[in-house]
Amino acid sequence: MFKDFFQKKKYAVVPSERLNAERPKREIPEGLMNRCPKCGTIQFSKELEKNLKVCSECGHHFRLNALERIAMTLDDGRLFEFDADLISEDPLQFPGYASKLEQQKISSGLNDGIVTGEGEIGGFPIVAGVMSFDFFSGSMGSVVGEKVTRAIERATEKRLPLILFSTSGGARMQESILSLMQMAKTSAALARFQDQGGLFISVFTDPTLGGVSASFASLGDYNLAEPGAIVGFAGRIVIEQTIRQKLPDNFQTAEFNLKHGQLDKVVHRKEMKSFLTKLLDMHLGKGEPTDVE
Amino acid sequence: MSNDLPFEKPLAELRKKIDELKVFGAEKQIDFTDEIARLEVRYQEEEHKIYSNLTAAQIMHLARHHTRPTTLDYIPLVFTDFIELHGDRVFADDLAIVGGLAKLNGVPVTVVGHQRGKDTKDNIQRFFGSPHPEGFRKALRFMQQANKFGRAIITFIDTKGAYPGDTAEERGQSEAIARNLRGMATFGVPVICVVIGEGGSGGALALGVGNRVLMLENSIYSVISPNGAASILWKDASKADEAAEAMKITAKHLLEFGVIEEIIPEPHGGAHRDPATQAEAIREVIWRHLQELSRLSPDELIEDRYAKFRKIGKFASAAPQPAANIDQ
Repeated sequence: MFKDFFQKKKYAVVPSERLNAERPKREIPEGLMNRCPKCGTIQFSKELEKNLKVCSECGHHFRLNALERIAMTLDDGRLFEFDADLISEDPLQFPGYASKLEQQKISSGLNDGIVTGEGEIGGFPIVAGVMSFDFFSGSMGSVVGEKVTRAIERATEKRLPLILFSTSGGARMQESILSLMQMAKTSAALARFQDQGGLFISVFTDPTLGGVSASFASLGDYNLAEPGAIVGFAGRIVIEQTIRQKLPDNFQTAEFNLKHGQLDKVVHRKEMKSFLTKLLDMHLGKGEPTDVE
Repeated sequence: MSNDLPFEKPLAELRKKIDELKVFGAEKQIDFTDEIARLEVRYQEEEHKIYSNLTAAQIMHLARHHTRPTTLDYIPLVFTDFIELHGDRVFADDLAIVGGLAKLNGVPVTVVGHQRGKDTKDNIQRFFGSPHPEGFRKALRFMQQANKFGRAIITFIDTKGAYPGDTAEERGQSEAIARNLRGMATFGVPVICVVIGEGGSGGALALGVGNRVLMLENSIYSVISPNGAASILWKDASKADEAAEAMKITAKHLLEFGVIEEIIPEPHGGAHRDPATQAEAIREVIWRHLQELSRLSPDELIEDRYAKFRKIGKFASAAPQPAANIDQ
């Protein structure tokens, strides 16, 4: 067990201090108090954090950034990070892209829209990827596509389960066709992983749309979502303009997707870790028959 | 509706002048041979000038030309013995996707493509070439069938994108596209994709995971329609022309990016000026690639396709973070 621990470290070429910190320190721009965007209840930020950023009144799940989710979901809040050094280039010399990247790095503290690495959930070693909406709306460009693909390839090599937490506005327009092709790249890598028996659990968080939803995120052996998470291909506004109708409030929510057969289960944030552990155990646990009288 | 795009006006005017002169000369029994020859030379110069320097926006307008040949126009010209098949076996027969069996130079293949409508009524039936999930599942079924029977797969890409509607979402638009991407990566037969018009977003890519991806000279391929990009980036959909330039969506750019393998030339003025010649060019290029790919084993074909997509992407490494190596 202890040996395993050291072996694992080899893969953490560039461990991120941000993640190994006791708990990521996040600025709360709202200050001391927080207002629930769904029910309007005002609560202390500290209380909200204690409640895993779920509104105590209505159960609304606030969005989490990657670091917060890692801290909440992985054992000891730790992930040995892969490829933290990868950064986007501006391959198209797209107007305004380079400066926006810089600004997003500063505001989010991340190099791009996903953190990937190796960690444990419920004692089961896994490869995980956690997307962050606060970096460029979680959009997928070359870096996100490459990091997801590398994570899948590592999971394939090491025969570890893969869990990806998605949140994304879609493909990153500023990298145009290169972004689109990341959908094919990640899906092809997943096909290999899964065809070799790899276990992939996909967790949709709010919101997951467009190119991410229409590639790796929808290809889980198990597709889960947090309550209320918006999951779909096209955005609500585009659809409303197309069909010239107003869509119901619950359109594209996790519960809507569950009803329409697109998800296996909607899992409350408080239950997420224990549910993932249970699911991992179904595949990796010893599965010895219990005494039957 | 005129078939000429605004930038083609000088040509149309010259052509009109030449035609008028011919008619006038015939009527009045005057010999304008020299004058006509002079104008023809000017026409050719002008034609060369215009079509060899098309902007991305102009190419976009050609790609979207209302008389541009569609998948069903090309199939009888490129292939023989086409047998159209229908339906996804689950829900419906999405007419935004067409396909079936056909022979390419005598060899049976599976062909599948997006299908835009020819007129308003046809377009309504075909959702303007934008598939619902059942369309992607129909395409996947055809391709799986090809894989089973060892036939090559030829796809024609021509869509603004997957249909953005509520029913499409309810039936799993995302899952359907993702399933195609995953599925196409696993086929042990040659897969050749040709962008014939507009390659829009995930709905295009769902038929686009090939060993070879080819583009007609005046087609475009993009992560989002330039109109959509303009409305998101600059809150102004009318700036589509600008977005088309910024997003580098032309065949030339995609060849530079290594996303496509070859550009199939078009006749001056675009494929719609001479569909038969265009189809001939398409057949020749597909055939050449097919012959190359036919030398590969099923495993090599899968590996070839994986390698093609695996290397796409541009990124850099930031200066190493000032963190100690954890082994120390």
